[in-house]
Amino acid sequence: MALQSLDIKQRSATTTPTPQARQTVEIAKLIDVSSCIGCKACTVACMEWNDIREEVGTCSGVYDNPVNLSENAWTTMRFSEVEQNGKLEWLIRKDGCMHCSDPGCLKSCPAPGAIVQYANGIVDFHQENCIGCGYCVTGCPFNVPRISKTDSKAYKCTFCSDRIAVNQAPACAKACPTGAIQFGSKADMKDYAAKRIADLNERGFDKAGLYDPEGVGGTHVMYVLHHADKPSLYAGLPENPGISPLVSLWKGAAKPLATAALGLVALGSLFHYVMKGPNEVSKETEKEVEEEDKA
Amino acid sequence: MIRDPKDLQRYNASERANHWVVGMSFILLALSGLAFFHPAFYPLTQLFGGGVWARILHPFIGVLMAVSFASLFLRFKALNAMTPTDWEWVKRVKEMVDGDDHNMPEQGKYNGGQKLLFWALAVCVLLLAVSGILMWRAYFDFGVGLVRFGTVVHAAVAAFMIALILVHTYAAIWTKGTIRAMWYGTVTRAWAKQHHRAWYRQMTGK
Ligand code: HEM
Ligand code: SF4
Repeated sequence: MALQSLDIKQRSATTTPTPQARQTVEIAKLIDVSSCIGCKACTVACMEWNDIREEVGTCSGVYDNPVNLSENAWTTMRFSEVEQNGKLEWLIRKDGCMHCSDPGCLKSCPAPGAIVQYANGIVDFHQENCIGCGYCVTGCPFNVPRISKTDSKAYKCTFCSDRIAVNQAPACAKACPTGAIQFGSKADMKDYAAKRIADLNERGFDKAGLYDPEGVGGTHVMYVLHHADKPSLYAGLPENPGISPLVSLWKGAAKPLATAALGLVALGSLFHYVMKGPNEVSKETEKEVEEEDKA
Repeated sequence: MIRDPKDLQRYNASERANHWVVGMSFILLALSGLAFFHPAFYPLTQLFGGGVWARILHPFIGVLMAVSFASLFLRFKALNAMTPTDWEWVKRVKEMVDGDDHNMPEQGKYNGGQKLLFWALAVCVLLLAVSGILMWRAYFDFGVGLVRFGTVVHAAVAAFMIALILVHTYAAIWTKGTIRAMWYGTVTRAWAKQHHRAWYRQMTGK
């Protein structure tokens, strides 16, 4: 989706500034897990709007269906049965791209412009520039991007960037019957979350809170969790997500330094030749060999 | 067409062909790999028909290089065992780099530097092949932790190996009369006497 081309904040594999004149307000989706009933209207709306169809699967024994994200399923509901304070709880989390402020996918991507981050916070894959290496999968702390088996391009939730560009709410937020998916400016979403959390606190969930993890600079998809102290209860939501230190090492300062070092080795060789001259067979040795011949 | 029948045979045709397969696949690997390594090199993908083709081809060329290198390794490993004289040579390599080989210890077919390079390259190829397979998402699906680790290893070892090969190539250019050993397999006796005296004596019996 090459819309909003002038509001680009970051572009993969690009070392010069992106066009930044236009400033847009930072947006966010707030997923209130405590109001989700698991009806999957959002999952359907996502496939409808984006014209993607996951193959009809089989029952894996739980409600999860599609059982996993895929190139054709950019969001899916993950159901967890957990016991908290002696009571059974059925936690339902809508999984998908978190639209990180510091996106590991974009940082890892080697193809210029295959991943962009808009000024409004959306992280979007531009498949026309994607080379299919899968580095985004390596970089993502949330295990979100999927490489298509048919075209080898990476796919994930676009945050309906095409709808946002024309002032429409994302398809999932529009379809949700309980208001569990809210959409607005990130500031408004935080205010709204604060109200939901206060309500949950009153209802006895004293550990309720907002999931907007700092390790990735905050996200543009945030959750209200009843047990914000234990995000892993929600189908393994990471406690402390961040770009892996290995990915930072791989994509950090070492690379330009290694590149410079290679340049120095090449230049060093050239100047060695120029300054010391070639390593030739000496006249003396040549003569010795000739003498040996005569002898 | 033999200029001097007394030239010494350093490599036979099959050894030379083997080395060229390794060398050419290495160059293609370095060019396509660097394209993913840093955005400054991304335009190199054009040499392979674009980013997608570079991504598809690189690992296959890698397999070719790993296999052909293994064959080269088996041919030459015995000749590359380090001896005390080799270590002595390595200790005094600074004199050599300064362009003064008068006091360097007498060398056999390979000098200490060449031998160390041989072993370093063998380790690099092994690490690159294993880590490359970890990263090869088109056919493999390893856990993300392993893939991350493999990717760091692959990028670091690749950069190191490219530096080693730059040095290797330069040494061949710097030492006049060497490149022909890889073109048509022979070197002059004077070349051998100057650079690999023990090998010269062994070959000529002098
Ligand atoms: C020996 C077998 C090898 C295999 C199986 C292999 C495989 C791979 C794979 C799968 C990738 C990811 C990109 C892609 O999917 O095409 C990659 C990247 C790369 N390869 Fe290789 N490769 C091999 C050898 C080499 C060699 C010899 C070099 C050095 C000249 C090299 C240099 C690189 C570099 C620099 C990258 C980019 C790393 C980065 O993104 O930081 N590879 N390789
Ligand atoms: S959740 Fe993963 S795919 Fe989404 S922006 Fe963050 S790193 Fe990228």
